[in-house]
Amino acid sequence: MKILDVLQKLWETSGIAQIAAQFSSDGVLQLIMIALACVLLYLGIVKKFEPLLLVGIAFGMLLTNLPLSGVFTPEYWNTAGDIDYAEVLRHGGLLDILYIGVKTGLYPSLIFLGVGAMTDFGPMIANPKSMLMGAGAQFGISFALVMAIPFFAPEVAASIAIIGGADGPTAIWLTKTLAPHMLAPIAIAAYSYMALIPLIQPPIMKLMTTKKERGIKMEQLRPVSKTEKIVFPIMVTIVTCLVLPSVAPLLGCLMLGNLLKECGVTDRLSDTAQNNLMNIVTIFLSVSVGATARYDTFLKTDTLLIIVLGLTAFCFATFGGLLVGKIMCKLSGGKINPLIGSAGVSAVPMAARVSQSVGQKANPSNFLLMHAMGPNVAGVIGSAVAAGFLLAVFGG
Amino acid sequence: MVIMSTLINAIVCMAVVFAVLIVLMLFISVMSKLMKKEEAPAPAAASAAPAQAPMAARGSCGEVKLFDVPDKTAAQLMAITADKLGKPLNTLRFVSIKEVK
Repeated sequence: MKILDVLQKLWETSGIAQIAAQFSSDGVLQLIMIALACVLLYLGIVKKFEPLLLVGIAFGMLLTNLPLSGVFTPEYWNTAGDIDYAEVLRHGGLLDILYIGVKTGLYPSLIFLGVGAMTDFGPMIANPKSMLMGAGAQFGISFALVMAIPFFAPEVAASIAIIGGADGPTAIWLTKTLAPHMLAPIAIAAYSYMALIPLIQPPIMKLMTTKKERGIKMEQLRPVSKTEKIVFPIMVTIVTCLVLPSVAPLLGCLMLGNLLKECGVTDRLSDTAQNNLMNIVTIFLSVSVGATARYDTFLKTDTLLIIVLGLTAFCFATFGGLLVGKIMCKLSGGKINPLIGSAGVSAVPMAARVSQSVGQKANPSNFLLMHAMGPNVAGVIGSAVAAGFLLAVFGG
Repeated sequence: MVIMSTLINAIVCMAVVFAVLIVLMLFISVMSKLMKKEEAPAPAAASAAPAQAPMAARGSCGEVKLFDVPDKTAAQLMAITADKLGKPLNTLRFVSIKEVK
């Protein structure tokens, strides 16, 4: 008799019983989310779509949708008032505690520290005009903002628009403040489109340029001195943070990481920022962002709309960068290959690689990679500036 | 009304991005000009010792074309090849290194 009681108790406390009991309502939604998490795991592991992030996001999604797991409690975070962090630390699940780093904006900033330590700003310093293409590629953000406003509140529309910046940490950083309840679909859309750059961009690039333009060979970039590389991050921090103080955590960390790399006296710190710290934060960030994708908040028509608007933002970002590239090509008398404009959508260095591969298809002796890195890193700065602007305007 | 104000915000957003990046662009241009001025005497000093340049070039193995291969990896590959062949690196000529995908 006792064995039966134990078995019954075990059954009642199991997730299977929970799903079975609520199958007609929430149970089926939970199963859909578990299946979706498995699909994302497949895309990350087998298809290698941004695996470093997608695997963590998908696993977080899987954990949070398993009934009674208690790893994440949305009720702590979706409150109108201040968040009780003491309560989160006392009674929150594992992912609640990790999520504090997202909510406070710690993880995106630390990711930017690592990105800065890994990025060479040399191509941009050697050809500063390429920054205009990075600016032009932020057109996707503005376009998506206008497109999203009939469907969403202004704060949510601004968070969706930043997907056009093709910068995951920036999207998370802005969304956690403006529309925390939309964090999961926006982060997943942003990272998915970044992974799909090699599929999304080439058709637009071919549509907007002629074969002759794509085959333009650019002059080799001048060498950049060490002093220039050291002064640059300091100067960018001062200029951007004076104009948009709200962007200081993101751009400050990006430039600090780059300064650690370039100054030559902090190699150990640069190494940590690029590798160990970056890897640790990537795990925490991806799993905790995935945890916000619960069945009750994720499976809505809004999510589909976000995915469509995100794709629109991305396409128009590519269009904007290419448009400025074409204008600069004309003004320079055909010395600038307009394809490097598409790299202005951030997503370092994937977008630059796409410019290189499309350019090389048109002219096998063409090497655009280093030229495309200029607009590419300018795009990172540009999208952070756009995020700072949106935060200043819609952040209340 | 909301659409109109959003449209204005979108335009201002683009303007701010362009303005900040143009300011940075101008700063970089000024900075590189100042650096060039400072480094200008360097060639004169270099010409005073012309015998040193060929010495540096003699160890070179020519230009290597890299296709999707970082410099560091290329250097490692060349060093490993030279080591396996048992020949000094500067006696080998690498034409190109390409990543097979």
